[in-house]
Amino acid sequence: MEKVENSERDAMAFDVVIVGAGPAGLSAACRLMQLAQAAGQELSVCVVEKGSEVGAHILSGAVIESRALDELFPDWRERGAPLKVAVSRDELYLLRNEQKAVRIPQALIPATMHNSGNHVVSLGNLCRWLAEQAESLGVEVFPGFSAHQLLLNADGSVGGIITGDMGVGADGRALDSFTPGLILRAGYTLFAEGCRGHLGRQLYRRFGLDADSDAQHYGLGLKELWDIKPERHQPGLVIHGSGWPLGDGASGGFFLYHTENHQVVVGLIVDLNYRNPYLSPYDEFQRLKHHPLLAQYLEGGKRVVYGARAIAKGGFNALPKMHFPGGLLLGCNAGTLNFAKIKGTHTAMKSGLLAAETVFAAMAAGDEGGRDLADYARRFRDSWLHEELRAARNFGPALHRFGPFAGGAFNFIDQNLFKGRLPLTLHDNHPDHASLRPTRECTPINYPKPDGRLSFDKLSSVFLSGTNHAENQPCHLQLHDPSLPLGSNLLLYAEPAQRYCPAGVYEIVEENGEPRFRVNAQNCVHCKTCDIKDPAQNITWVTPEGGGGPNYPNM
Amino acid sequence: MKIVVAVKRVIDYNVKVRVKADNSNVDLNNVKMSINPFCEIAVEEALRLREAGVASEIVVVSIGPKQAQDVIRTALAMGADRGIWIDSADAEMNALDIACLLGRVVEAEQPGLVLLGKQAIDSDNNQTAQMLAALCDFPQATFASAVTVEGDQVVVTREIDGGLQTLALDLPAVISTDLRLNEPRYVKLPEIMKAKKKPLTTTTPEQLGVHLENTLSLLRVEPPAERSPGIRVESVDQLIENLKHQAKVL
Repeated sequence: MEKVENSERDAMAFDVVIVGAGPAGLSAACRLMQLAQAAGQELSVCVVEKGSEVGAHILSGAVIESRALDELFPDWRERGAPLKVAVSRDELYLLRNEQKAVRIPQALIPATMHNSGNHVVSLGNLCRWLAEQAESLGVEVFPGFSAHQLLLNADGSVGGIITGDMGVGADGRALDSFTPGLILRAGYTLFAEGCRGHLGRQLYRRFGLDADSDAQHYGLGLKELWDIKPERHQPGLVIHGSGWPLGDGASGGFFLYHTENHQVVVGLIVDLNYRNPYLSPYDEFQRLKHHPLLAQYLEGGKRVVYGARAIAKGGFNALPKMHFPGGLLLGCNAGTLNFAKIKGTHTAMKSGLLAAETVFAAMAAGDEGGRDLADYARRFRDSWLHEELRAARNFGPALHRFGPFAGGAFNFIDQNLFKGRLPLTLHDNHPDHASLRPTRECTPINYPKPDGRLSFDKLSSVFLSGTNHAENQPCHLQLHDPSLPLGSNLLLYAEPAQRYCPAGVYEIVEENGEPRFRVNAQNCVHCKTCDIKDPAQNITWVTPEGGGGPNYPNM
Repeated sequence: MKIVVAVKRVIDYNVKVRVKADNSNVDLNNVKMSINPFCEIAVEEALRLREAGVASEIVVVSIGPKQAQDVIRTALAMGADRGIWIDSADAEMNALDIACLLGRVVEAEQPGLVLLGKQAIDSDNNQTAQMLAALCDFPQATFASAVTVEGDQVVVTREIDGGLQTLALDLPAVISTDLRLNEPRYVKLPEIMKAKKKPLTTTTPEQLGVHLENTLSLLRVEPPAERSPGIRVESVDQLIENLKHQAKVL
């Protein structure tokens, strides 16, 4: 297809365009409108979201702290925010093997991991509620539209985004239904795409945002929602743990939360700095559920939803510069998750509030956009968000460098005795994609076959994510060098994409006796792991046609 | 000519449908809802008739709780002119109730053509268009795969078991749409904003003079039986053996 020139596209202008209807983007949208209304000013704000509806691509544990929500809507209870299940009990375990679990006494748990006062929520539902609040404040929320490209001003500043073209065939040619993407011009564009946002990646490169920060670190979170037997349900019970089945240089942690309506969520986060290319995060998660600690709740229940999403957990040391001419980075697109608390919602929301306050202050003073708002960094430094993330800065690096035992002990001392004020900073600059070892140095892992009761195969899981992409469209997983998967990845690492992808997108199939690399892009749940973990950094995730991807309900 | 299009809000076609634990109904908790795909095709056809100069106004009607307005807005964003929402609150309704309500709208609006999806993908009844045609005493053509208006007649190609059937109907008429009639357009972002400002009137069954009297009661909903897992056989002989003695199909 001929490239569509920007002059041929329809354009709309807003004061602020926000990319991504997650907790960060929607909090920013609400706050902008609150500030404008308080000041009696007109402000036009729009939010674009690639999911088919708000919440469709949201996946989180989630136990959340309400601190940022309290600031945004002090009356959230009266407004009916879906924070209905308060944490009633908090348990932390170390799994020694497939049978044994050791409960960590409360007194030895790092203070950051205490959950009293927090709520078990569906982040998807919280975002749906936030979107309703935003719309009633006058924000235009557009689900089903992906922010596909950056719109750059003549001076190189960001001037908005261009939504994806619709109705493009797999060969790149326009179909009868072709509808060109739209230019959304903005004074300021707030990027809240979540972890490893694809425009965020371009911004990092264009403006060198991560030049002075440590390498970002990631985890892959896999999650399922289960209907369990009513007699096994204990609303508000929160279980965390680590250990088995991960080991041999692989780390991570699991969770099981009892929510409302006899449902539990169970999940595993696998740190993406694992070394053995034979490791399959998906299969680790499936076998984890057979541990008696988790099976006691799941037995006799029914799995309802499956999903997966990468998280950015590098924390304070990996935070990039979050402002650049014409825009700001918000939430997990920058990496504001607090790994010591295993929570990112309140921090993402707070970053959204700070971004909104920054942009509104500038615009109220007559700024028409396109400037580099360093004021965001100042507001961040003066906020509890900075204090909280700084205090947790050593948590992840300690676990990476010293392992779960010594690292855990370090974290106990750092977090409980020194409240995160130990006068030293640990760094971990080894990127996750460089951590794989060649297969010849590693042992294959034999995963047990799924039993169809507690554990399941990948394809039946993807089915439960409601994933759908319009069939005839260009592949949204781009290989820079199409020869690398077979040429080097297969030989060196037995093509790890087959195993790290939690949705069965990548396959090595045999055709006429020759291996072939197949990309089943229609299965993609938009977790971004391939963009992160490919050892050759050869895969770039771009947005498919808007509305495609998973359709998560209350995830 | 004015066209009335009926649209229904249903469980999204990408969602895996689940049955409530007590088997009383389908579980709609936290489930994504969308415009019924056949209704979307009906809206698209109305738009094409307007673009062809045949229709001048497109009125979209939906019946249901407050969220039914969402699918009216979707149709308005596609290009329909105005909407009517019949607020039925949480009332359980069958196809005849719906047809009666739509009949009152047709009476008031006096359209030249009424377009409906052939069925809703939730209940799969395939009744409303037929009942509506009978109530209005209009000619009907169901399962349309092509529609052309010629003077005061509409020529409709229908998808039937044996192939295609072409009918000519006097207007006003009722048509229900099949899958191959058209491919609905993408909704454009500026149109979604415009749709928020298009007129949408609200009415109720009482105001329309229809007494809802659901004569059906739903006894039980069950998911399809789960297929038992397959087994891998070692040889063709074993397969034949199993087909003969276990499956008893040979």
